[in-house]
Amino acid sequence: MLFAFALMGQRDPILVPEVSQHEVQVRQGFTGTELLLFGAVLDPAGRAAGSGYDIVVVLKGPSEPVRLREKERFVGVWINAASSDFRSVPSFFAVASSRPIAEIVDEKTAAIYEFGTDYIQLSPSGAIDPEEQARFKTGLVDLKTRQQLYKQDFSGVQISEQVLYQSRISLPSNVSTGAYTAETFAVRDGRVIASALAEVEVKKVGFERIVADYSQEWALVYGLLAVALAVGMGWAAGRLFALM
Amino acid sequence: MDVYLPIANLSVNGLWIVALGALTGILSGLFGVGGGFLTTPLLIFYGIPPTVAAASASTQVTGASVTGVLAHGGRGGVDYRMGIVMVAGGIIGSGFGALLFRFFRSIGQIDVVISALYVILLGTIGTLMAREAVQTIRGTGNTQAARRRHHPLVASLPMRWRFYRSGLYISPLAPLVVGIAVGVLTMLMGVGGGFILVPAMLYILGMSANVVVGTSLYNILFVTMATTIMHSLTTKAVDIVLVFLLLLGSVTGAQIGSQIAVKAKPEILRLILAATVLLVAFRMFLGLFYKPDEIYTLYPL
Repeated sequence: MLFAFALMGQRDPILVPEVSQHEVQVRQGFTGTELLLFGAVLDPAGRAAGSGYDIVVVLKGPSEPVRLREKERFVGVWINAASSDFRSVPSFFAVASSRPIAEIVDEKTAAIYEFGTDYIQLSPSGAIDPEEQARFKTGLVDLKTRQQLYKQDFSGVQISEQVLYQSRISLPSNVSTGAYTAETFAVRDGRVIASALAEVEVKKVGFERIVADYSQEWALVYGLLAVALAVGMGWAAGRLFALM
Repeated sequence: MDVYLPIANLSVNGLWIVALGALTGILSGLFGVGGGFLTTPLLIFYGIPPTVAAASASTQVTGASVTGVLAHGGRGGVDYRMGIVMVAGGIIGSGFGALLFRFFRSIGQIDVVISALYVILLGTIGTLMAREAVQTIRGTGNTQAARRRHHPLVASLPMRWRFYRSGLYISPLAPLVVGIAVGVLTMLMGVGGGFILVPAMLYILGMSANVVVGTSLYNILFVTMATTIMHSLTTKAVDIVLVFLLLLGSVTGAQIGSQIAVKAKPEILRLILAATVLLVAFRMFLGLFYKPDEIYTLYPL
């Protein structure tokens, strides 16, 4: 699935984006993959759109509601104390741009389009004071960044001949499955002049898929199989060593 | 060798997991413990989600104890009557454990509770074992085995049964309660509970020593089976690929371990086990009292 559209004005350029693969198959031996997000920027007449623009790509995984707990020392013991709920935390988030974001747009625009891990819209719920909210958000982003699930690369987009752009974003092996969206933005004079969306489906296939499905839908059978595997292997090893 | 774990949702180095399984297998062959107390924390340090680690480790313990039960059963080292009572307790206990798990998860302290249990139980038992082993090596300990006796509380319980192989005439409620306690721990900590069961059988129930290890393994075998099913139904966190890799190592390791056990000095072995247990307890202690691995933890809603 792929669709591109110009945002505003007739003289604004058109983005034609493409992704190296629209389906990422998670199967045995999957150690992560690299997605190539590339495309062209053209003016409405089909020529090169001219100079002076920057490209920002944002790849986002499916969102989920989470509760973030914070550990605090209580009589010498680190226990979970405060917590905060977020209604939509993307399981994966990567931003790449052709120049540092601060040089391309102002902070307000960056926040609107989520240009950077600091600007991810997490929809916190519940009434907590802004300072605490910010602390929780920093903690969450830091955690996800160290799991390689959130990343930003401010020199990750290459533009060649003012027409073609490309960016490589690596997905680690611990990505969630689901529908990912790759959004590309063309920015000029601090303003987003065009944007386009491509979708990538990450899904388990083959044996991995069967295991994941069975563990959910046939829980009892799955459990019995696990027990049978354990007993069988234990017994077989015993017999084997007894023969030796 | 990269292997993708479909339930844990990440890719691991398969050889490391097999090696980890082998390490715990050797322990179980040497000492008749399941080795779950080592597998679960090490898997968590490796980056496997804690629930998947605990659930899969208990399945691994099933495999590691099968051969032990067969061997001990063959030479009359299992008191089946006692074993069945304890297994019944263990199944009830794993049900309680599942409820406790859910309760502590709902108040957000499950990781703290599990760490605390590890520190308290492993710390106590490791210290006791180390002291005993050192005393034996120095020859200063009470080498005369204490007269076998069950705890006075056990004697006060109503309804007595005869357990011939254990040489006991006691109320079945005592082993039932022991079984329940171990079942709870199995569900919460992903351990077989051998390190608690063996001392409980010796010093609380006063069972005859030649059936202790066999009966303990018998109990562990069936209780870990029950917890695997319980985890499959509730947490859905048993990763069969992870289990396979762990088993590959541990069933081989268990055989190697039991061969070393014949040759090595028992007190040295016990000292090594005590050191391992204390090391795991200390690592958990640091996380609880000095600095946790992560200040922030995520729970899906």
